[in-house]
Amino acid sequence: MSCMKTCMALILLLTIAYADAYGGPYTLTIPLGLTETAIPKDNPMTVEKIALGKKLYFDKRLSADDTVACSNCHDPARGFADALPTSSGIRGQFGPRNAPTVLNSAFYALQFWDGRAPTLEEQAKGPIINPVEMGMPSHDELIKKLQGIPEYVKDFQEAFGSGITIDRLAQAIAAFERTIISGNSTFDRFLYGEEPDAISESARKGLEVFRGKGRCLNCHDFNPMYAFFTDNKFHNIGVGMDRTDYDPGRFKVTQNPADKGAFKTSTLRNIELTAPYMHDGSQKTLEDVVEFYNKGGIRNPYLDGGIVPLGLSDQEKKDLVEFLKSLTGDKPQI
Amino acid sequence: MKPRHESGITRRDLLRAGAGTAAVTLMAGASPFGMVRMAFGSEKAQSFTFAYLSDAHLYVKSLNQKFVDSLVKGVQNVNDMDPPPDFVFFGGDLAQLGHPDELKLGKEILSGLKPKLHMMVGEHDWYLDMGEAWKGLFGPDRYSFDHKGIHFVVLNSVIVKDYWTPNNMTPEQRMLAMAQLDNPKGEAFSVGSEQRAWLEKDLKKVKPETPLVVFSHSPLYKLYRPWNFWTDDAEEVQKILSRFKIVTVFHGHTHQILTNRIGNITFHGFLSTAWPWPYAPTGMPKLSLQMDRPDPFFSTDGCGWGTIDMLGSGQADKTYQLWNRSPMKVTYQEIAAGTWPPAYAQGSSGPSY
Repeated sequence: MSCMKTCMALILLLTIAYADAYGGPYTLTIPLGLTETAIPKDNPMTVEKIALGKKLYFDKRLSADDTVACSNCHDPARGFADALPTSSGIRGQFGPRNAPTVLNSAFYALQFWDGRAPTLEEQAKGPIINPVEMGMPSHDELIKKLQGIPEYVKDFQEAFGSGITIDRLAQAIAAFERTIISGNSTFDRFLYGEEPDAISESARKGLEVFRGKGRCLNCHDFNPMYAFFTDNKFHNIGVGMDRTDYDPGRFKVTQNPADKGAFKTSTLRNIELTAPYMHDGSQKTLEDVVEFYNKGGIRNPYLDGGIVPLGLSDQEKKDLVEFLKSLTGDKPQI
Repeated sequence: MKPRHESGITRRDLLRAGAGTAAVTLMAGASPFGMVRMAFGSEKAQSFTFAYLSDAHLYVKSLNQKFVDSLVKGVQNVNDMDPPPDFVFFGGDLAQLGHPDELKLGKEILSGLKPKLHMMVGEHDWYLDMGEAWKGLFGPDRYSFDHKGIHFVVLNSVIVKDYWTPNNMTPEQRMLAMAQLDNPKGEAFSVGSEQRAWLEKDLKKVKPETPLVVFSHSPLYKLYRPWNFWTDDAEEVQKILSRFKIVTVFHGHTHQILTNRIGNITFHGFLSTAWPWPYAPTGMPKLSLQMDRPDPFFSTDGCGWGTIDMLGSGQADKTYQLWNRSPMKVTYQEIAAGTWPPAYAQGSSGPSY
C-alpha cells in the first residue's frame, strides 16, 4: 500500500473519547467500514470499567463450578465464537443454539439469536444463570461469590465507586464487549477506502452476486457509509424447520405465530472465522451456506417470502464465498 | 353508526329481555324445525371470529409449487390462531383450471384445517366441467347456515351466459378463456334469475332484524367490467337484501384490499394466497384504501388471508393478514362514521407511495 493510501485509510478511522466520574477516559477507535455505536447513557466507557469487564469475561469463576467463562463460547482465538455447532456449558452440557460471535455485536439492535435482550448489558446476565451454560443458581449467588474475592471488590470500587451488583457486572462486561469491534477488512478498503484492488476479481464478482442474483443484500445490508451486514430483523429461512421439534426462535419472544422459526439476521463480518453456521450450527462451511440459500432454504409454512431458489452457477457460488472471505477484518485490540 | 341500526338492536334487546322468551317457547312448541330457526334468528347476535382464505389458484404440484406452499402457509396461519376461529370460509378459486387433480390437491391441503370449513366456488373451479368435480368434492355451490344469531348465505356468483356453444369451444378452451383476467369474448358474471329466486326463498324465513352475511366470489356490485370485477345482476341481488337492516358481503376474486358500501350493505374484498391483482383503472369505491404496490422481492407480498370479527351488533370488523406487512384492520365503526379510509388517504386516487 502506498503512503498516500495508508494516510487516507487512517484518516477514515474514527476515534471517540469517553469519560466518566469513576474512571479515566477511554478512546474507542472505530475502524474503516463501521460507525459509532450507541453507548447507553448510564454506562459510559471508561478504562477501569473496560478492564474490569475484560477480567470478568475471561473468569471461569462466573460459572457454578468454575469451569466456564464467557470466553469459553466466545473465544478470541475462534472468532469470539467456539467453532462448535452448539455450545458446551458446565458439566459438558450442550445448549440448543450456536454461539454468536461477540465481534461487532455492539452494532445489533437486539441481542441473542431471538432478540430477547435489548442490550449487551441484559445479554450478559443471561448465560450466567442458564443451567446449561454457566449454571449459577441465581445472580445473587454470583454476587455473593464475587464479594468474597477482594480483587473484585477493589475493581468494582475503582470502576463504579461502589460495590458489586449484577447490573454493574453486566455493565462492565458490556463496556468491554463494545471494544470488540472489527472492520478495515479488504472489503472495507475496497468500498470505503477507495482501493479498487483490495479484493480479488472473484470477490468483486461475488459482491455483484451478493447484491443481485443472490439476493443477500436485502437482509445483510450495507450502505455507502458503513456496513453492519444486518437489517436487524428476524427471518425464517427454514433452518431446522424440517424437524418436528424445531426451535421457534423469535416466536418465543413475540408470541406472534408469523415469527415461528425466525432468527436474527447475523452480521457477515468475520464470517470466515465463525464456522459452523446458522442458529443451530447445521451448516459446516460457507460453501454449505451458499448452497443452502441456493436451494431456497428449507420449505415450511413460515418461510420468509424473500427466500427462493437462486439458480446460482458453480462459479457464482465460488465468487460469493470469495466475497464473504473478504469480510474478515482486523483483530480487535483488547 | 346510523340510528336505524341502533333501533334494530334495541328492539332485539327488548325481545330478548322480555316477550322474546315467551315467543321462543311458543314457537318451539308449535313446530320443531322451521319455527325454532325463526326464533333463533331473532336472538341478539353474539360476537365471534372467523377466518377467510381465498383464491389459492392451485395448479398440480409439478407445475407450480409456490401456490401450493402459499395455501399450506394460510392453513398453518389459521391453525395458529389462538383462540381458534369459529370456522374458516374459503372464498373460491381453489383451482386454477378447474382440473379434478387441482381440486383434490386443494381439498387435501384444506383438510389440514382444524376449524370447520365452509366452501364457495369461483370461476376457476367451475368452467372445465361446469362444477361437477367441485360439487362432487365439496357439495352444493349455494347454501345457507346460521351461526350465533347471524344468517349466512353462500352464493355462486360466477354464472355467465353460454358463449362457448355458439363458438364451438371445448371445455378446456372454455376454462382457459374464463381463467383470463381480460376476457373480451366472455360474458359478465351473474347470480342469475334461478339463484335469485332461491335466495328470496331462503331469506323468507329470516327476520329483517337478523344480521345477514352473504358470501360471493365476485363483488356483488359493479366495479370494472373488463376484468369481471363485476356482478351483472348486482342491483337485483342488492334489492333482495334491502329489507335487512344489517348486511355484509364478503367476496374473493379481486385479490386486494377493497371496501365498499351501498345502502344497507357493506362489501369487503379479501386477499388471495397466490398473487395480488392491480387495482382497476376506473370504478374504485370511495371507501377503498389502495394497498401499496407489492414488493416483487418477496414472493408472498401483497398476499395473505383474513380474519373477520363479527360484532354483537351483527356488523363486522375485518383484518387483512398480510404476509409481508403488518396486519391491517378496518372496523365497521370507521366505515359507518366516515373515517375510513383515513384522512391521509381520502381524495387520493391511488396507494400511499
